[in-house]
Amino acid sequence: MYNFDFEKPSTIADAVSAMAAEEAQALGGGQTLIPTLKQRLASPSKLVSLSGIAEMKGVCEADGGISVGGATTHATVAAEAGAYPALAALASNIGDPAVRNRGTIGGSLANNDPAACYPSAALASGATIETNSREIAADDYFQGMFTTALEEGEIITNVRFPIPEAASYQKFEQPASRFAMVGVFVAKYVDGVRVAVTGASEDGVFRWTEAEEALSGNFSADAVEGLSVSGDGMISDLHGSGDYRAHLVKVLTKRAVAAAS
Amino acid sequence: MPKDSGIGASSKRREDVRFLTGQGQYTDDINIHGQTYVHFVRSDVAHGKINSIDTSAAEAMPGVVRIFTGADFEGIGGLPCGWQVTDRHGEAMKEPAHPVLAQGKVRHVGDPIAAVIAESLEQARDAGEALNIDIEELPAVVDMKAALSEGSATVHDDLGDNLCYDWGFVEENKGAVDEAIKNAAHVTTLELVNNRLVANPMEPRVAVGDYNRANDESTLYTTSQNPHVIRLLMGAFVLGIPEHKLRVVAPDVGGGFGTKIFHYAEEAFCTFAARQINRPVKWTASRSEAFISDAHGRDHVTKIELALDADNNFTAVRTETLANMGAYLSTFAPSVPTWLHGTLMAGNYKTPLIYVNVKAVFTNTVPVDAYRGAGRPEATYQLERVIDKAARELGVDPIALRRQNFITEFPYATPVAVEYDTGNYVATMDKLEEIADISGFEARRKASEANGKLRGLGVNCYIEACGIAPSNLVGQLGARAGLYDAATVRVNATGSISVMVGAHSHGQGHETAFPQVVAEMLGIDESMIEIVHGDSSKIPFGMGTYGSRSIAVCGSAMVRATEKIINKAKKIASHLLEASEADIELKDGQFTVAGTDKSCAWGDVTLAAYVPHNYPLDNIEPGLEETAFYDPSNFTYPSGAYACEVEVDPDTGKVTVERFSAADDFGNIINPMIVTGQVHGGLAQGIGQALMENCAYDENGQLLSASYMDYAMPRASDVPFYAVDHSCQTPCTHNPLGVKGCGEAGAIGSPPSVVNAVVDALQSAGHNVTHIDMPVSPSRVWAAMNS
Ligand SMILES: Cc1cc2nc3c(=O)[nH]c(=O)nc-3n(C[C@H](O)[C@H](O)[C@H](O)COP(=O)(O)OP(=O)(O)OC[C@H]3O[C@@H](n4cnc5c(N)ncnc54)[C@H](O)[C@@H]3O)c2cc1C
Repeated sequence: MYNFDFEKPSTIADAVSAMAAEEAQALGGGQTLIPTLKQRLASPSKLVSLSGIAEMKGVCEADGGISVGGATTHATVAAEAGAYPALAALASNIGDPAVRNRGTIGGSLANNDPAACYPSAALASGATIETNSREIAADDYFQGMFTTALEEGEIITNVRFPIPEAASYQKFEQPASRFAMVGVFVAKYVDGVRVAVTGASEDGVFRWTEAEEALSGNFSADAVEGLSVSGDGMISDLHGSGDYRAHLVKVLTKRAVAAAS
Repeated sequence: MPKDSGIGASSKRREDVRFLTGQGQYTDDINIHGQTYVHFVRSDVAHGKINSIDTSAAEAMPGVVRIFTGADFEGIGGLPCGWQVTDRHGEAMKEPAHPVLAQGKVRHVGDPIAAVIAESLEQARDAGEALNIDIEELPAVVDMKAALSEGSATVHDDLGDNLCYDWGFVEENKGAVDEAIKNAAHVTTLELVNNRLVANPMEPRVAVGDYNRANDESTLYTTSQNPHVIRLLMGAFVLGIPEHKLRVVAPDVGGGFGTKIFHYAEEAFCTFAARQINRPVKWTASRSEAFISDAHGRDHVTKIELALDADNNFTAVRTETLANMGAYLSTFAPSVPTWLHGTLMAGNYKTPLIYVNVKAVFTNTVPVDAYRGAGRPEATYQLERVIDKAARELGVDPIALRRQNFITEFPYATPVAVEYDTGNYVATMDKLEEIADISGFEARRKASEANGKLRGLGVNCYIEACGIAPSNLVGQLGARAGLYDAATVRVNATGSISVMVGAHSHGQGHETAFPQVVAEMLGIDESMIEIVHGDSSKIPFGMGTYGSRSIAVCGSAMVRATEKIINKAKKIASHLLEASEADIELKDGQFTVAGTDKSCAWGDVTLAAYVPHNYPLDNIEPGLEETAFYDPSNFTYPSGAYACEVEVDPDTGKVTVERFSAADDFGNIINPMIVTGQVHGGLAQGIGQALMENCAYDENGQLLSASYMDYAMPRASDVPFYAVDHSCQTPCTHNPLGVKGCGEAGAIGSPPSVVNAVVDALQSAGHNVTHIDMPVSPSRVWAAMNS
């Protein structure tokens, strides 16, 4: 680790002004950032911890949806997002207890790891990412591996999820990291079905629109049977080829539809 | 009735009190006044020429004490190799120089180039980044076949090519084996990879070097399985420090699995540098460093042929193996694919003709050496896989084919130079069939199929050569060390006992099991006996722990020393009891005179030895302390039969181990609970190798699986509850305890049954899959199903 200054503000406003310093960086649960610092792969001048900001923590229900503070841990979402069971189940299966008790939804969405779980939930739910300065629709937010619409210094303060009629997240774990080798989040709303896929694509989380169309007409696993996903542009690595991941997208989509509740 | 103390009792592991309450004293817990910290700057390319290293900017950084490079080690010995293999043509293997810090070239990612010593680790790392190192990258040698091809780049230019040795065993049998294969009724051929592994002990390696200028004494604290071996190799061959001026301490060590046997550059460096700067020097490996600097395991590519006659009797085995040595010869690397592998190719079977060919190859990868089982898992895997394949080709039951070919008479001299003293392979297979409920398998398969899963059953046997080893024999085979062990039994005045042993416990539970033996022999309570290990200044010159040797070799030394104690104690007792020595009996800690009611207690005798007021000083010396060295006359041959049942998800290729059963014959057993635990751990590692672990390099020699993000370690949820049985016991005939050793069995015996089970599952669904290389990952299974 290189040296850095540390601040722990208790309001969003203070966090925003602390973030104004050059090379300042937000610190959520540190589950991604701290290992990066330890390996000397990042050298922020200042870390601004978001874990002391009460207004960014917790889950509440509002307007047919739920609202999750940007600094809410996975463990809290798992325990308190009962109104959106698929989301709570997703959170309960991220990493291990230590990771779930530190890692946050804001950190996960800001990082946008191509194998992370939350991005698929946000995209499949058509969630709204609220920051200190604006609201961003999930469809506009994810812009490729580790890339998002966030500006320098912008903080995710809250994430609003409309609650679907039925949903399920199916995760096939990469054997080593246990991140998603492929994860598929299917959410059925009154106005249609959304299917978001994480882990698979070189462009990060994406919507499988053919499946969405098929499922919007017929919400059953059979509806995707005839579809196929191409291995082109899929991640190919030690753990599996692009073709294998493409195959898993379909398998997991069917399973998610079958399991949706 | 299970015993509650002594031999055969499941005494609770006393060392766990300190381990489980965080009070273990590991090497990293040692901090010495004035200590400095060293950071090794390591190569990030697999192969390159060092043009220059400019340390000037780094020297000026805050806190920097001194910076060393390869130039500082000119004239100082390199790391020695402890085993010399002679090839098929009678030539000695090629043995490259292995400098402590790279000289001229870097040869693998992780090769240490420079060492920065500073007041803090962070300062050392900062200065490391300020070094100006100019390395010209060279083409990397990664694939073994390519490494042996004409025109390949060479890892060591002075050796001419990348072939370390071409070993044939038994060379005289080659013609007969070729002939038998030509004339066989059936030949089954299998090409397979024994995947490279990273040992991953929970505690990474650590070294602390200390130097006392007043008495010119060096001390190395290190994470080692064998402190005396390190003292010998480092003192005599690297740094030129005589034994009486060099102390090596291996305190609590958090797992070794073989990778902490070897003498490493960092140990020599810290010892050397402490003397140069006259301050203690500490190095603690990060986990990332462990991946690129701990010796790796396995990494064999093999073609095996099994010949059978028309009645399905095995007539010959022929193998060709490429064994990866990595960039340098680690301490015992040459022995692993040769003597620890070729001699086991008979397995449990009476195959009359065997020929093993091994070409050891240098590549630009981390050195490869012994890892739990070392050579024996490689032998077992290929043999038990090819037998399974043969059974399928011939349409016979794999268990029946094995039974038909079992060795049933002992002692049995194999055609590959070893003589099995005892065993009962029929009994372990019978036991396996019982505990694995083999007859219930078909019903379980149906139940799995009803759930949309494919179920497979895999069975295999294993034999290993443990209790390493008879020194004169291994000397003939090229070992540059003796492999006896030693123990000193020091009885204290009040009757308590300290036993100083050459074996080292780093998870094996010696501190519990060894006292059980002495307690049994003397008839006193286990709690009166304490084991001392790991410090060359406290223990006799023993050879440490590996090759499932501790109880078989060091335990035997301890028995011999305890026998000497008993002899002397009886002499003292005969004096105290005024009886003839021949009439003295020792039972339950009491000395009695046969046929009388005269007795005295253990404590009376021990006190007399140290307060010799009433003592036969004319005949015997005071005190009660004895040392014995024990050199075994043969290896021990634990054996067993394992069964694995898997379910395969046909949609994803994911394999789950549903049942795993192990019937082992370890001879006599000191502590059944500890033995069970050793088997459990070995099974987890074997299942890990079979399904998950994969140390992979890309074509440039970059390690792809360099952290737990990509190197898949098995976790508790990846293994089932095991059925483990070790009631089949054919005691070893040549050591006093009749023990065989149990430390490696699980890791040796389990990979083939897992792969056999996966193949069985796939074939049950009509897939024409005869082999999948380890690790049998979901993507590989899926690819095999869809090929
Ligand atoms: C062992 C392990 C296993 C894991 N397994 C999984 C898994 O299975 N699935 C999965 O999805 N993830 C997994 N993770 C990642 C985990 O979910 C992390 O918590 C998450 O990726 C980052 O969240 P964090 O709060 O720790 O962020 P940090 O590490 O603190 O920060 C990550 C990045 O986000 C920025 N940031 C943090 N908070 C905010 C905010 N509110 N607004 C704007 N920027 C912010 C930081 O500046 C940094 O750039 C795992 C991690 C570990 C260590």
